[in-house]
Amino acid sequence: MKIVADTDRCVGAGQCVLTAPALFDQDDDGMVIVRVAAPEAGSVESARAAVHLCPAQALSCD
Amino acid sequence: MTTVDEFPQSRTCPFAPPPAYARIREEESVAQVRLPDGGRAWVVSRHEDVRAVLNDRRFSSDRRRPDFPELTAGAAAVKRPDEEPTLISMDAPEHPVARRAVLGEFTVRRTEALRARVQEIVDERIDALLTGPRPADLVEELSLPIPSLVICELLGVPYSAHAFFQEKSTALIARGTPPLERAAAIAALRDYLDELIAEKETDPPDDLLGRQIHTLREQGSYRRPALVGMGILLLVAGHETTANMISLSTVAFLRDPEQLALIRADPTRTIAAVDEMLRYFTIVDAATARLCVEDAEIGGQLIRAGEGVLALTYSANRDPRAFADPDELDIERGARHHVAFGFGPHQCLGQNLARMELQIVFDTLFRRIPTLALAADVDELPFKDDAAIFGLHQLPVTW
Repeated sequence: MKIVADTDRCVGAGQCVLTAPALFDQDDDGMVIVRVAAPEAGSVESARAAVHLCPAQALSCD
Repeated sequence: MTTVDEFPQSRTCPFAPPPAYARIREEESVAQVRLPDGGRAWVVSRHEDVRAVLNDRRFSSDRRRPDFPELTAGAAAVKRPDEEPTLISMDAPEHPVARRAVLGEFTVRRTEALRARVQEIVDERIDALLTGPRPADLVEELSLPIPSLVICELLGVPYSAHAFFQEKSTALIARGTPPLERAAAIAALRDYLDELIAEKETDPPDDLLGRQIHTLREQGSYRRPALVGMGILLLVAGHETTANMISLSTVAFLRDPEQLALIRADPTRTIAAVDEMLRYFTIVDAATARLCVEDAEIGGQLIRAGEGVLALTYSANRDPRAFADPDELDIERGARHHVAFGFGPHQCLGQNLARMELQIVFDTLFRRIPTLALAADVDELPFKDDAAIFGLHQLPVTW
């Protein structure tokens, strides 16, 4: 799996950080930071949840 | 052709959406309705479609546009095209710039840094409740002061003014408030914050408003009227919503001891309970109005430029396509995909703060007052049937 974030779309709601704090963070302005772009099998489900919850649909994964 | 429903609709049961929602959702999905001024709008009722509308630039949030659907009678007549826009009434490219300027104040990390102070505030209010008379009004003693104290401290607004802005924001959100009275309430809030912010300009303090002055000046984009608008939005949105969620959730827990027992037994369940309560009550419902500015197809229905749309978040949150047994309160269901905070670029800025406040209240209130009980029948409670933000006027409790 590969996670891609589109920071132009990001609205800084923080849903991804709440859902998968090991994979995502926010910079000081609230914009998404992908900490782990290629999560291990154990984190794939939470990565998918974060992608689904993103209100701006700024995240995608394969 | 079915009958055309009037919108917005009031709740007939405090624990369920207006009955028309389920009928529209299951029979029509997207339906035409009549607004208070007689005009027509579309309502979108399914979870997937509500998400689609709220994250689609073809649906504008710009309330200054003359065709924007108004949910109160006579509102269009007092609309001023030169009105200072706030975050909720902006579109791209104006909106992302304005939102990003304040976003840093509401990140998950910044919110977490407030946790200890919020816990302290909650404990102080419960101390005060416990030393006062029984029965007590939970709204007055707990639900309103907690979010009010938190947002005042965050913004740098003296808490002594809370009675003033509470009165004004109540007028703002009651649907029955005449348009001119609503305009006067906004003007009073604007004057108050204008004076407060003017004082902060000399030597900007380390509070949200002070930091905004500082940051925006550095960017060369500081304008006091815009910050006044932001301040009003944060004050109103920051206390009325959380306050009502505290009251309503308390009622829901007390009438459903099994659910309450679950969080008492294991506080790690509380954060999921918060989201389930948000879904179950969806207190801000028809606020997610939009104006279609480019023809779009939603749920198989063509919506044309110039037509108004109401994305019914409460209907979406009770959509069986998204939530099994949606009318059941089930704190363990995993309700994070609810749209009680909206969806799309306007999704609630303060949602992480709201979640944290509710989590702390649920964990502290029922632990410190295990015998907490309603001091009135649920049927007799004064629910805010007439307000744009659902809630309770009073909540008598004892212990």
